[in-house]
Amino acid sequence: MAAAQQVGAFVEFDRVQKSYDGETLVVKDLNLAMPKGEFLTMLGPSGSGKTTCLMMLAGFETATHGEIRLAGRPINQVPPHKRGIGMVFQNYALFPHMTVNENLAFPLEVRGIGKAEREAKIARALDMVKMGKFGNRRPAQLSGGQQQRVALARALVFDPELVLMDEPLGALDKQLREHMQFEIKHLHENLGITVVYVTHDQSEALTMSDRVAVFNDGVIQQLAPPDELYERPANSFVAQFIGENNKLPGVIEDVDGGRATVRLATGELIDATPVNVGGRGSRTLVSIRPERVEYLPERIPPGAHTIEAEVLEFIYMGESFRTRMRVAGSDDFIMKNRNAVGQRRLQPGERITIGWSPQDARALDPL
Amino acid sequence: MALPVYATPLERLWYYAYRVICGLIFLFLIAPILVVIPLSFNAEPFFTFTEKMLSLDPEGYSLRWYDLLLTFGMQAPEAPRDWNWWRDVWNNATWVKVAKNSLIIGFFSTILATVLGTLAALGLARSEMPWRRAIMAILISPMIVPIIITATGLFFFYSWTGLAGTYTGIILAHATLGIPFVIITVTATLIGFDQSLNRAAASLGASPARTFFKVTMPLILPGVISGALFAFVTSFDEVVVVLFIAGFDQQTIPRQMWNGIREQISPAILSVATILVIVSIALLTAVELLRRRSERLRGISPG
Repeated sequence: MAAAQQVGAFVEFDRVQKSYDGETLVVKDLNLAMPKGEFLTMLGPSGSGKTTCLMMLAGFETATHGEIRLAGRPINQVPPHKRGIGMVFQNYALFPHMTVNENLAFPLEVRGIGKAEREAKIARALDMVKMGKFGNRRPAQLSGGQQQRVALARALVFDPELVLMDEPLGALDKQLREHMQFEIKHLHENLGITVVYVTHDQSEALTMSDRVAVFNDGVIQQLAPPDELYERPANSFVAQFIGENNKLPGVIEDVDGGRATVRLATGELIDATPVNVGGRGSRTLVSIRPERVEYLPERIPPGAHTIEAEVLEFIYMGESFRTRMRVAGSDDFIMKNRNAVGQRRLQPGERITIGWSPQDARALDPL
Repeated sequence: MALPVYATPLERLWYYAYRVICGLIFLFLIAPILVVIPLSFNAEPFFTFTEKMLSLDPEGYSLRWYDLLLTFGMQAPEAPRDWNWWRDVWNNATWVKVAKNSLIIGFFSTILATVLGTLAALGLARSEMPWRRAIMAILISPMIVPIIITATGLFFFYSWTGLAGTYTGIILAHATLGIPFVIITVTATLIGFDQSLNRAAASLGASPARTFFKVTMPLILPGVISGALFAFVTSFDEVVVVLFIAGFDQQTIPRQMWNGIREQISPAILSVATILVIVSIALLTAVELLRRRSERLRGISPG
C-alpha cells in the first residue's frame, strides 16, 4: 500500500515487522496510515497480530523492523510514558488503591498541572462519561460498566490526541456493550480525537469505525470502511470473518472483464463478480450473503441468476426467517428473508428456485 | 461446616474425630511454648513444677528470675533502686546488653533483607528475566541449606575479609538468611499484581520510578511488610551464625540463652523466653492489624 507515504498522516506504520522469537513473524510488513481524527478498528481473530500492533504503537512492544510515526515523528525510540497516548485496557487497569478522582489526577499530577486546573479537568472528564457523582469511590466499589467509564475518562483527562483501546468492552454484558459502543463513538465525534480500537467482535467494528483493518496471520487482509468491507470483501477470509456468507466452490470457466462464469461442483454454470481469482480453469469460492438470496419470483431481482434448491431446515427468528438448503451439492446454503408480507414458512423437502444478482456473488480465492 | 442431616454413623464419627485430631495437633504445637510461661515464675531454681506450684500456693511463684534478668552482670546489683541503679542496668546488665544487640542487628538486617529481597522479587516476576527458576533457587538457598553449613562458610569468608566479629558482618549474615523470606512473600503478592497497572501508569505519562513508588509499591506493601517481619524474626532468634562469627560485643539474646544453658541452668532463660513469646505475639498482631488496615485502605480487599 502506497498510503504509508501519504502526506499529513497522523499515525503511520511503515513496513513494520514484529517477531517475538526471532523466527516467526507475528506482524508481517505492516503499512498503515491514519489521518487525524479517524476511528480505526483493528479486527481479527486472536493471534492475528492486532494487539501486537496496538502495543507497538503504545510503546509496550518494540518493532523488530520498520518505523512507526506519530504526527510525522518516528516514535520507535520514545518510551511509552513520553508518547502522550491515552490507553484503555481490556481489564480497565484502574489503580485499586486510589479513588476515582485520584486515578484521574494521576496523569495530571505527572504533568505538573496545578490543583485548580486539575479539579476542573477531572470534573469535566467525569461528567463526560456520566460518572460525576462517583469521584470519591474506589474502583472496587464500582460495577464493571462504571469502571469502564472511569478508565475511559482517565485515558481522556489529559487531552491526548490519540487514544488506543484494547478490547475495552470485552468484559461487559451485551446490552451494556452496545450502549457503550455508542458512547465511545459519540465521545470520538465530540472530542475530535484519533482512536485506534482493537476488537475481535465484528459487529463492534462495523458499528463504531470510520475504517476497519481486518487482520489475519500478521497481515492486513483488507482496510476499508465498514460498508465496503461487508459488501465487497477482498478475499475469502474477510468474507467469512465479517458477517455470514454462503460459499460455493467451483472452477472458473471464463473471465470477461467484470463478469466470471463459474462451474459449480454439480456442473451448473453461474455468473459472479471476479475479485481475486486466476484465469480459466483456476479454482474459486463464490460467496453470497444470505440476505441477498431470494426465492419469491417477484422478489428475485431482474437479471438474477437462478438455481434449484431443496429446503432442509426452516428456522423462525422473529424479524427474519432462516432457511438452510441444499444448493449445488452444498448442504449449508443459508437464505435469510425478512419477515415481510407475502413470506411464508417453507417446509423441509420443498423444492424451490432461488436467485441472486450476479453483483452479489463474488468469486474469491479458494481457502 | 455443620454436620449434614444425612450423615452416616461413620461420617459422624469422623466429623468429631477430625476435630479431636486438629485439637491434638494444635496442642502438640503450642504446649512447649505454654509450659514455659508458668515455669518462668518458679520460686525455686529448677525446671520442674514444684509441689507448691501444683497446689497453686502463691509461695511457689515469684518474679525472681525476671529480676535476675536486670541484675545479672550489673556492677552494683544490691544498691538502692534509684536512677543510678537503672542506669547501671541500662549500661551493664548482660540481658539488656544482648537485647540491645539483637534489636540493632535485627533492625538493620531487616532493612537490608527487605530492600534486596523486594528488588529481587520484582526482577524475578518479570517475564523477560532469563534463568528465573535457577536464580530463584540460588536466592532461596540460604533457607534450604543447613544453617550450620551456611554458618561455616560465612565464618571462613568473613574471617578472610575481616568481617568476623563485627556488627556489619552479623547484619550482612542475617540479611542473607532473611532475604529468602522477603522474596517468597513479595513474589506471592506479585502473583496477584496486575501488570497492566504498570502499563497503564506508563501510558498516563509516569516514569518507571514514579510508577514504582506510586503504583507498584503501595500495592505490594502488605507482602513487603510480612516479609520484613519474617526477616526480623529470623534474625532475632538466630543462634548458629552468631555462635560462629559474633565477637564478644555482638552477643544476641539467643546467644546469651545458649550461654545460660551451658553455664548455669536457671529459670532466667524461661523468663526471657516468656518475654520473647509475648513480644512476638504483640509484634505479629500489630503487623497483621496494620497490614489489614492498609489492605482495606488501598481497596485491595473489600470491606
